Amino acid sequence: MAEVTLVEAVAMALGRAMDEDPTVLVLGEDVGRDGGVFRATEGLLDRFGPARVRDTPLAEGLIAGMCVGLGAQGFRPVAEIQFMGFVYPALDQIVNHASRLRNRTRGRLSCPMVMRMPMGTGIKAPEHHSESVESMFAHIPGLRVVIPSTPSRAYGLLLAAIRDPDPVIFLEPTRLYRAVREEVADDGAAAELDCCYVMREGSDLTLVTWGAMTRETLAAADALAEEGIEAEVIDVATLKPLDEETILDSVGRTGRCVIVHEAALTAGFGGEIAARLAEKALLSLAAPVRRVAGFDTVMPLPRLEDAYLPGIDRIVAAGRETVRFQ
Amino acid sequence: MNAVDRFEEGSPSWPVTRYLDKGGSALQDIPSALDDRQTLAALYAAMVRTRTFDQKAVSLQRTGRLGTYASSLGQEAVSVGIGAAMDPADVLLPAFRDHGAMLWRGVTMTEILQYWSGDERGCDYAGPREDFPVAIPVASQAPHAVGVAMAFQLRGEKRAALCILGDGATSKGDFYESINACGVWNLPAVFVINNNRWAISEPVAMQTAAETLAQKAVAAGIAGVRVDGNDVVAVRHVVGRALEEARSGRPQLVEALTYRLGDHTTADDARRYRDDAEVSARWQEEPVLRLRNYLVARDWWSKADEEALIRQVREDVDGAVEAYLALPPQPPAAMFDHLYAVLPPSLAAQRALLEDGDG
Repeated sequence: MAEVTLVEAVAMALGRAMDEDPTVLVLGEDVGRDGGVFRATEGLLDRFGPARVRDTPLAEGLIAGMCVGLGAQGFRPVAEIQFMGFVYPALDQIVNHASRLRNRTRGRLSCPMVMRMPMGTGIKAPEHHSESVESMFAHIPGLRVVIPSTPSRAYGLLLAAIRDPDPVIFLEPTRLYRAVREEVADDGAAAELDCCYVMREGSDLTLVTWGAMTRETLAAADALAEEGIEAEVIDVATLKPLDEETILDSVGRTGRCVIVHEAALTAGFGGEIAARLAEKALLSLAAPVRRVAGFDTVMPLPRLEDAYLPGIDRIVAAGRETVRFQ
Repeated sequence: MNAVDRFEEGSPSWPVTRYLDKGGSALQDIPSALDDRQTLAALYAAMVRTRTFDQKAVSLQRTGRLGTYASSLGQEAVSVGIGAAMDPADVLLPAFRDHGAMLWRGVTMTEILQYWSGDERGCDYAGPREDFPVAIPVASQAPHAVGVAMAFQLRGEKRAALCILGDGATSKGDFYESINACGVWNLPAVFVINNNRWAISEPVAMQTAAETLAQKAVAAGIAGVRVDGNDVVAVRHVVGRALEEARSGRPQLVEALTYRLGDHTTADDARRYRDDAEVSARWQEEPVLRLRNYLVARDWWSKADEEALIRQVREDVDGAVEAYLALPPQPPAAMFDHLYAVLPPSLAAQRALLEDGDG
């Protein structure tokens, strides 16, 4: 079994999916000879040829719209948007068409596409390369929004996303792309979509997070453990549709919850989780639900990005205060 | 010359293909493949059918039995010519004013009424299963045509995607991105611009300073041609030839010159922004009478033929309206039925709220 990074696991899953299903196509900017700017499509052009691994003109609206046409014709396009900050021209196609083609034709046509894109800060990239706007997609009915947090989860969730009959927005945290290596078997086994994953068990506090913030959150849980606070860490993994059962079950046991995300606080997905807890777990709560999130600022350029990112200290402090709340 | 007229004939380098003049006299020999009574009478019948249906749809809206509706009055030749030029195996990606092409391809009048009444089931065409439903966001159907054409190319199929756009759509990035990509990949796609001169209240001169819309093909490296969109013979011929070219890997742009005789939709009042005189003048060029004059002059169409056609078309339209009005509404919970292939369990509670509401 190979030890791979998250970005290598993405490439591995893409190769596997293309190998097992001739209708799977990879398209996007620089995905061919260059293998993608992060190398997520490395080697695919040589293995599968230019018909199935296609460099496109630099037009994100076109890329997303093509996927709608290809999907309706029975292909499974996997498109790469080079950075999340460049996805906005594609939103019209994602929101107005991909997410609703099945519904508006009463199931006659559908759009089994995956739209992959790197997200988030932490790699000192230029302006427009570091945003996290996952809640924008989570608001759109008909989509799935999936964010892996480890190499093995990236492999399994991406395979599941490609095999899924509906459009999936697959967000890959850039600062995890090469952060760790993990043994991942290229066995074609998909990971379950639409469910949360418990990354660490604990009975005093529930920490809910996703994507790159799982690393800081797990580190915070370790620090809290040194203070005698055992935190459960939940990786939401699929934001939409949300597996609220796992979160409600955990908070039902701990009575205390902190939600951690990198995206800006206001109208971030943490607000949705907090609302579900208010609706369905109020009587289990022993303390107010806290959110540790990015500031409601424009994402700063790289020299201030560390100050923007919710750090371990902020998560530990929020966890400690939540547990101490009387 | 006012702003609209700039598009009348355009530059000598972008000639307009036309077989019948405004009065229906032949300006040149009709293409031999079309020059028989049966073919031309079928085109004529389809235009009459489209117009009769259209008038009925508007009256249904005026009497509160249909939602907002986009009339195709005056543009029957563009729409019918496209439908007739396509092979059944091709895929149509229409805008929202292309009833003639849709009807020719087997979408039923009942389905079109059902859609414009506000019922998604009207897009579940029993006939052309692969055709796209109408696109409401302007030009957003163009990149879909790129994907459909790419699917044909990948499978090595001799089929083409045909995308219809309005003149306003040529201002959108989606349009340019799509014709450009088709050029790069030699995709089997035809884009027909239904240049009816008006995008709601904006004349085409407000969309572009270009002399023609067909010339936008130049920047994409694909072929562009112009056709008289009120001459169904010309549309049928030019679009047919464009489809043949496209199926051989040469994408095409066709600008069809027509005129929107009606309002933009039933929610619009065109008198707010254009003169009655302009519209009256355009009535002299409309496509249905033009072809009938030609047919009559050839002794291919009699008063009895006309009466029989009108009787048949009215019967069909009335039957479709009756079937439409008799359709039971969807149950409210149907809005969840095709949200995903399988409804996620997390949405079951929301769905249940509506099911309880059903009693």
